[in-house]
Amino acid sequence: MSELTFIDGYPEYMYESIKKVEKTRDRRIGKLVPQMSQKQREEILGRYHPDYTEGGKRRIKHGRNEGDLAPNELVDLLEALPLVKEDDVDLDKTDYETDVLIIGGGLAGTSAALLAVESGIRPERILLVNKLRHGDSNSTMAQGGTQAADRPNDSPVIHYIDAMGGGHFTNKPDVVRALTEDAPVVVKWLCDLGVLFDRNDDGSFVELSGGGTSRKRMHACRDYTGMEELRVLKDEFKNRRINVLEFHPVIELLTDGGTVTGALLWGLETHEYRIVKAKATIIATGGFGRLHIRGFPTTNHYGATGDGIALAYRVGARLLDTDTVQYHPTGAAYPQQIIGLLLTEKLRTSGAQPVNGDGDEFVFPLEPRDVEASAIIRECYGNGKGITTPSGMRGIWLDTPLIDIINGEGTTRKSFPGMVRMFERFGIDMVKNPVLVFPTLHYQNGGVETDPYGNTNVNGLFVAGEVSGGVHGKNRLMGNSTLDCLVFGRRAGVAAAEYVKTSAVDGKLTLDHLRAYVEMLKSAGVETKRRAPVLLPDYRGRAVLARMIDVL
Amino acid sequence: MDREDIMEMIKESNRSVTTGMDEKDIEHWVTIYVMGKEYRVPAVLTVMQAMEYAGYRFIRSCGCRAGFCGACATVYRTKDDYRLKTAMACQTRVEDGMYLVQIPFSPAQKALGDIESEEYDANVFLKWYPEIARCLSCNTCTKACPQDIEVMDYIQAALRGDFEKVAEISFDCIQCGLCAIRCPAEIVQYHVGQLGRRMYGRYGLPREENVEKRSKEVTDKKFDEEYEKTMSLETEELQSVYVEYQKTREVY
Repeated sequence: MSELTFIDGYPEYMYESIKKVEKTRDRRIGKLVPQMSQKQREEILGRYHPDYTEGGKRRIKHGRNEGDLAPNELVDLLEALPLVKEDDVDLDKTDYETDVLIIGGGLAGTSAALLAVESGIRPERILLVNKLRHGDSNSTMAQGGTQAADRPNDSPVIHYIDAMGGGHFTNKPDVVRALTEDAPVVVKWLCDLGVLFDRNDDGSFVELSGGGTSRKRMHACRDYTGMEELRVLKDEFKNRRINVLEFHPVIELLTDGGTVTGALLWGLETHEYRIVKAKATIIATGGFGRLHIRGFPTTNHYGATGDGIALAYRVGARLLDTDTVQYHPTGAAYPQQIIGLLLTEKLRTSGAQPVNGDGDEFVFPLEPRDVEASAIIRECYGNGKGITTPSGMRGIWLDTPLIDIINGEGTTRKSFPGMVRMFERFGIDMVKNPVLVFPTLHYQNGGVETDPYGNTNVNGLFVAGEVSGGVHGKNRLMGNSTLDCLVFGRRAGVAAAEYVKTSAVDGKLTLDHLRAYVEMLKSAGVETKRRAPVLLPDYRGRAVLARMIDVL
Repeated sequence: MDREDIMEMIKESNRSVTTGMDEKDIEHWVTIYVMGKEYRVPAVLTVMQAMEYAGYRFIRSCGCRAGFCGACATVYRTKDDYRLKTAMACQTRVEDGMYLVQIPFSPAQKALGDIESEEYDANVFLKWYPEIARCLSCNTCTKACPQDIEVMDYIQAALRGDFEKVAEISFDCIQCGLCAIRCPAEIVQYHVGQLGRRMYGRYGLPREENVEKRSKEVTDKKFDEEYEKTMSLETEELQSVYVEYQKTREVY
């Protein structure tokens, strides 16, 4: 490191490549590599996408999805023992009696709480539990936008068609309809609550395209879209005085026969358990980026360890599309401190082009994410045209200076304050120089199967957001994740309220399902000491871990 | 190159960020002091990663790890400098001789109320947060802000009842609480900004015509027929419809 000379935050040899990118810039303006045909897309996915490359997946051996393929890290999670045994806890003393228990406080969980209140559930009869703080979620980190077909040349049906195509026509149609048809209603709802979407001078929305969208329908709040949406919903949540509990992850659901009746919480700081009784339970725990599928770095927040999917599977919920994972094409590859962090697709929407180490363009900038990511992996490893960083990562350039050249000076700073700030903190000016990128683990495409109302196949159990599966099929489009959380969070809140009022029964609180689950693992021949949910990743240094003993 | 080999190479190149770091991979070291205790850590890491390397496993003070959530607000001092500095631990590289402490929580009070029943009136700020009148214009809040927001300016704008200015200046706030912790007048700036943005969004901005119209059309079930028709298509038919729309794609 100290042996290297740095120019503008880059080692000299990387800076030489930047000079090549500058040389080709003029000829690349307004001239894009054509989009791939369907056949080309299939070919490149098969050869270079981590999902389609041998060695990353295996079949689930037990339960409702026996025989389905899933990433090894997810199967590990399903093939794990519970954290507690039935005898460890006294389930006769309930700590919280609720109508609706919501697990997870991102956009989905918070929307669910607000809509449950609107549907007539009293705020004090709702409990939103969080593993970390209320709002610690991937939602907060969503940068690019929220899709909603509201412009005159667009329609929810075109949005539907785009989403189906992006998901390779494997999505669940009725759920996609709900997603796309509710979108304008959801955006209006957010505006009424005070969310500040980007506006033109005449007051109309600034709307941009995204990878795989045929119309401009991305509603953004600078590059802080998820943060702005969620901080407004959280503010409203507090104003409505809804109950919230932080630093209390759910470590097991509670059941009575086939019905979910509540949950067992564990105090992350104080280590005591607590028992919640609930007439309806909504899982909105998000995804599994922090499991580092296939050893990829991730854009996800610290708590994204796939807890919800493990909990739901134990009570018999059916999963869908577990075989695909989304790798965002443009994660940061340099500097080392920010490896894997998200560089929003909105950068490419606004004109930034992926360019190789020789300064040449090699892919249409806005292919669907899986295709775009595969093209970048091919350029680095198949064609050997990437740049290798001092830490040994390969990447290609995202030519960000184009954004100001195309849209006018100052656009990058105005539209991407978060991105500019992040690179500035590490000595790089993305307005002046390109940034190095490589695909990063971004999103759990599949999850717990749901109908258009958040219902699962288990009584009393609802899901919303990234933990669910079906709506995105095998690949999600940009701007459909915040939308997914908002639409199905709201719908699950309404459905749970309805269920409480009409069908919920006063159930017992038991962990009986655990015995059955452990038996099932045994008869499937799974021998393991792994335990789940894993709750948090562990990044402690190896030297410390090697000498750690527990004496207090 | 074999496809599995590619995946192995990618995995190996990312090992230092997906698992704890191994001593043998580290070239350069620095010494930092976490709440006074000395640790030797790799020089390439952020404050957050360095503390993890040293053996901390975070429960508090760690959220998105990408500068968007404000969980890892940090106060620190650098070698031979008397000044207290502030930053996000996940967005700051360690320096040799750094003394640091993370702020796990800001005990700040949020006023509860109903935006829907509020008037778009300049006095809203003072009604919800009367303590803003205590602002000394000392600019400590602005100096503390890790997002480089002109915090004092938006508090002054709030005193004038200028919703638009409050919204515009405070927009990039990640609500870490460092402003409130440092404020000698005990103002909770980041909640004031939140109130201003919501009021401006709800009452200050014009209703957006397209979305108003489209959401009404959805409620009136205008798209039922088209959805039913599209959903009844066989996959191959839907594929060709998709390809047609992709051909008429709006890019920039």
